[in-house]
Amino acid sequence: MSGELWVLFAGCALVTFVIKAAGPVALGGRDLPPRLNGVIALMAPALLAALVVTQALADGERLHVGADTAGVAARCSWRSASRSS
Amino acid sequence: MPYALAGGVLALSFGVLAREAGFSALGAMVMSAIVFAGSAQFAAISIIAAGGGVGAAIGAAALMNSRFLPMGIALAPSLPGSAMSRAAQGQTVVDASWALANQGDGRFDRFHLFGASAVQYVTWLSGTAIGAFGGDALGDPRDLGLDAIFPAFFLALLLGELRDGRARGVALAGALIALALVPITPPGVPVLAASAATLVGLKRRHARQAGQRA
Repeated sequence: MSGELWVLFAGCALVTFVIKAAGPVALGGRDLPPRLNGVIALMAPALLAALVVTQALADGERLHVGADTAGVAARCSWRSASRSS
Repeated sequence: MPYALAGGVLALSFGVLAREAGFSALGAMVMSAIVFAGSAQFAAISIIAAGGGVGAAIGAAALMNSRFLPMGIALAPSLPGSAMSRAAQGQTVVDASWALANQGDGRFDRFHLFGASAVQYVTWLSGTAIGAFGGDALGDPRDLGLDAIFPAFFLALLLGELRDGRARGVALAGALIALALVPITPPGVPVLAASAATLVGLKRRHARQAGQRA
């Protein structure tokens, strides 16, 4: 195993640490302006929707239909069926 | 906790692929232990396996993890303590635990977050170990299609978020932004960019105040 790979591990760990720490350090521990809270309350629907479509339909930089697309479609139809009953 | 088991299977897959990319079994485990971000780890090793440089691999991992920036911003008001303490608490975010800890209206249950992440950390590490040490006998576990659990799981949580027309509109906009960017941006950017849809939340207050004045 080359030293380069340990640089890779350290680099990935460092960028992950910084990205995950940024929001809580910059904005945590104090009251935020109400308008910013309005934005924060919408993060979950926006990010969850993006995660669903990218994980179900994207493979790298391509869009494709696969087993995971079928899983989401099944979930949607199950949900709408249970709502209508 | 099906998502944690599915995470373990993905980790197993990571262990196998890391060995194929020329990592030692110990190396794969160290990466899972200190990075603990599945999609970033896959992005980084796929670049190494394709003969890319370490800088490019770290860059890909950073882009893949960029969605933790808006997730961390959303989480910030729910994390008390000093800046150091908040930085440490912020490290526990992974997609599934962030989504589970979300209580709606921008509040998060941090202990739910820590607990869900702790379970996933265990399955992520054990999955990596099994894949890295016993991978040759296993083939690629992704062939089983278990990774389909994740979009279905996020969809179930998303459906609970669609309380009003505004949330539904933002979800739709986020999905469309992400889909539009998939073919033209590196992986990771579409989800980050989808967070721009939340900026409509800045506008809402104006509309409501205007309504109250009227």
